Amino acid sequence: MYKLWATIKKDIIVLLRDKVGLMLMFTMPIVLAIVITAIQNSTFELVNNNKVPLLLCNRDTGDASKQLITAINKIGMFDIKQVTEDQTDQQIIDRMHAKDALVAVIIPKYFSAKIVSNAKNISSTALNDFGMQTDATKNSTDSIDPLTLYYHPVLQQSYRLSINSALRSSLQLVQSKQILKSLYFSLNQKELPQSIEDQVVNEHVPINEISISRDGNRNIPNATQHNIPAWTIFAMFFIVISLGSSIVREKLNGSFVRLKTLPTNYLVALISKQLTYLLVTMIQATCIFAIGIWLFPVIGLPKLNLPADIFGLVIVLLICGWCAVSFAICVGVFAQTQEQANGIGAVSVVLLAAIGGILVPSFAMPNSFRLIIQLSPLHWALETFYGLFLEGGTLKDILMNIVPLLTITILIQLITLWGLKRKNLI
Amino acid sequence: MAVMSIAAVNIENLGFTYPGQSNTCFANLNLQIEAGERFGIFGPNGAGKTTLMNCMTGLLSFQQGKLSLLGNDIAAHKKSTNKLFGFVPQDFSFYQELSPAQNLEFFGAWSGLDRSIIKKRTTELLEVLGLSDVSDKQVHKFSGGMKRRVNLAIGVIHNPRILFLDEPTVGVDIQTRHAIINYLKELNNNGTTLIYTSHQLSEAEELCNKIALIESGKIIAHNTLDNLLAEHKEDGLEGLYLNLTGKTYKDNNV
Repeated sequence: MYKLWATIKKDIIVLLRDKVGLMLMFTMPIVLAIVITAIQNSTFELVNNNKVPLLLCNRDTGDASKQLITAINKIGMFDIKQVTEDQTDQQIIDRMHAKDALVAVIIPKYFSAKIVSNAKNISSTALNDFGMQTDATKNSTDSIDPLTLYYHPVLQQSYRLSINSALRSSLQLVQSKQILKSLYFSLNQKELPQSIEDQVVNEHVPINEISISRDGNRNIPNATQHNIPAWTIFAMFFIVISLGSSIVREKLNGSFVRLKTLPTNYLVALISKQLTYLLVTMIQATCIFAIGIWLFPVIGLPKLNLPADIFGLVIVLLICGWCAVSFAICVGVFAQTQEQANGIGAVSVVLLAAIGGILVPSFAMPNSFRLIIQLSPLHWALETFYGLFLEGGTLKDILMNIVPLLTITILIQLITLWGLKRKNLI
Repeated sequence: MAVMSIAAVNIENLGFTYPGQSNTCFANLNLQIEAGERFGIFGPNGAGKTTLMNCMTGLLSFQQGKLSLLGNDIAAHKKSTNKLFGFVPQDFSFYQELSPAQNLEFFGAWSGLDRSIIKKRTTELLEVLGLSDVSDKQVHKFSGGMKRRVNLAIGVIHNPRILFLDEPTVGVDIQTRHAIINYLKELNNNGTTLIYTSHQLSEAEELCNKIALIESGKIIAHNTLDNLLAEHKEDGLEGLYLNLTGKTYKDNNV
């Protein structure tokens, strides 16, 4: 036992004197967690709270275009700057290049007339189908000229799609209202009363957004709840830089040679490193969680809510930490030089994070990646964390994610032992 | 009835080839080093001195023959045999981030000593080797000579019965060399068998009472220094060395 204690003491001193390694293990993931959460949070705010600047050029003079502008305004997503109808497309594009707006919508000439004509055709066809006689005057069947939507190239696809669907729903509203007006007029020979028009415009079926958490919590998941668990896992696995290169350093400098000539099995060193660095991963997690709970609200980011099952969280942290430490030791045992350990370690963790859903959500990955995703310990670690942090689950609910994580960890341990045996170290 | 003394090192028909290489390093090598000797192993670069020392310390596993330390077969009881000897490698074999006291505590524990013995031995060794004043300073700040003394202290913390020394004084000044050689002689007087290799032949003359010369994995001379000098009519180890190994480069094989 004293051998193990002396070895842990040695490992802790060596670790504390590795300033660069400590910085990589603590500062880097904390900075990443803050920066990525802030970015994702501002994206969320941009879409949900802030308004996207939009240039609107109405070249139509009818009512439908005015109704469309009112509908777009009602969405509340845009800060609309209306430009005069004599502005050319090029002038609007130039204003966008000058960052006056990220999006521009041009309503074409005769938009209202064509909407009305289109509505009359649809209502007339519908009434004819019911066997009712309608005004015989044949309306023009010209298709409606499209609205033009200019968007700045910096606008990401997801925003563009969301802007597009918002405009489409406004357009749909205008068209539906016009069809209803036309039908009403055909049937009653009088204009649609304002009260019915208001009903059409204002009375939508509401959508209740409810996150399906297991504990019945109705908190909406935010950027913090997503990012803190993800970057905590990344930080844990990034100890490969310090631990992997520490093992290689030990192998390359003479201390390893001397250890081999002493009457103690190298397994003691291995156990010591696992315990020491497991402690490091626990401190990392505590620091990052503390920042999420106390610092984030101070700097205007959403606060981290810890899961209800704290015991489950501790177990998950220990298993994730053990997996990360096992991986780092494995890299250290097989790497021949410190450069190899650092290079292989960093690249492999980034790759495992990418395929594990830390950098890109797993559900967004192509089907061909499904099997590879399952091989990443970071994927299973993330699933267990999300099970606790986002789904409000307990340890029992995430057992099916813990089993593969433990299996991968044991597999990594076996590979490490095989590597040590092959090198005559144990 | 006379008590048969057990040899410190007994090598019988040792055969060793590095994995993946066709050239045999040793074939049927025999050597006996008696307990209490100050034994020097010399030879040109690439002759096999370090390989032989690595076989004796268990760092390399040989393919053929038998090697025992104080009667213990090294292949059969590897870890228990390791208690019998200390090793001072040519490279600095310790943690530069730790202080001498911390290094001694760690390596002492790995040598199987308990805490109180380590404390006592640490104080003794740091005193004898002139490191008491810097016992809590990080070793990476030390001069080459101080690091050599730390290297030696770690090798002897558990009072080994055999001490293997691979170039223990390379790169040190006269004072440090003098101190190290004197300490080694003192250890030997207290019963520790010294097995030493170096290219410092004048130092070897001062320290060793028996030597073996190795060339291309074969022992070409093995006797007391005095007997070898008389036999080959030489008045110093350097002359004897050149006489037996020649003056051409010996380490051109890659």
